Amino acid sequence: MLSQFGIMFLFILTAFAFIGGILLFGKLLRPDRPTEEKLTTYESGEEPVGNAGVQFNPRFYVVALVFVLFDVELVLLFPWATVFGQPTLIAETGGLWGWFALTEAVVFVVILALGLAYAWAKGYLDWEKPQPQLPTVATKVPTTLYEQVNERYKRPTTP
Amino acid sequence: MLQIAFFAFIALTLIGALTVLLTRNVLYSAYALLLTLLGVAALFVFAGADFLAVSQIIIYVGGVLVLVLFGVMLTSKPTTISTSTVVASERSNAILAGSRGVWLGVLLAAGLFFGLSRLLMNAHFALFDQPISKAPTTIDTIGKQLMTEYIVPFEVISILLLVALVGAGYLAKKSIKP
Repeated sequence: MLSQFGIMFLFILTAFAFIGGILLFGKLLRPDRPTEEKLTTYESGEEPVGNAGVQFNPRFYVVALVFVLFDVELVLLFPWATVFGQPTLIAETGGLWGWFALTEAVVFVVILALGLAYAWAKGYLDWEKPQPQLPTVATKVPTTLYEQVNERYKRPTTP
Repeated sequence: MLQIAFFAFIALTLIGALTVLLTRNVLYSAYALLLTLLGVAALFVFAGADFLAVSQIIIYVGGVLVLVLFGVMLTSKPTTISTSTVVASERSNAILAGSRGVWLGVLLAAGLFFGLSRLLMNAHFALFDQPISKAPTTIDTIGKQLMTEYIVPFEVISILLLVALVGAGYLAKKSIKP
């Protein structure tokens, strides 16, 4: 019932699940006497401030969303790739199969590329940098005065 | 031996799901969801659906879970730093729901489960009538079916993904600007 690949895949999954299991059993077995000093993050002797669960830049979320969509595309293209170049199928249909499969996949990819181009052109993928806050000082002195002073005490340029 | 592994993966899935349900920390439940998804992928392997298992890992563990983690990290409001007895690394990222009724959720989940199981029981899959292929993997059958019988859904999926891409970008752009 299980394929050869299935058995391998189960071993891989078990390896990943084992990490969680080991951590869980370690938590159950070890003595648990937390103090404030033990629970703080080790930061080379520095006193850490705040929580590790800080707010991320929302841009990460958009990139992750786009990634998931192209992940789905990848999963759909995998079965296509296995049957696209099969010599028996191509021979049975007189070469028509390869061209048909290629056209369909190209249409599939182009439609999605159109979406990516749209998102790119609209600037959904742009990384919005925070605007630097220039300090403003309430003063009566006009900026032209400063420029005059600068002009007056300008250092003579040495050739 | 196979049976032991099967029940171990069932236990992993159920423990993960219960942890998602019961833990107070949203971040912990996101990590427990990882265990549940791994267990479900293993159950897919036991059902003979290798490709589905790999897709589960690629899409859910690799993509959706990252999205969930980003969502948790984006929505967790930084609480005001207080020098109380609560240690900062111990504080949970709790989210208070609007409705706190337990029975409403249970009723909704039971109704959803009943409806979906009814749908699956009554569904008639065309592949069930055909003889089981002797191919070493299921991916070959899926590829042939995708290129012949389900070619229209295959192309419609690309339109759906296009709509999702444009919509997601638009919504994210809107919500950023205050």
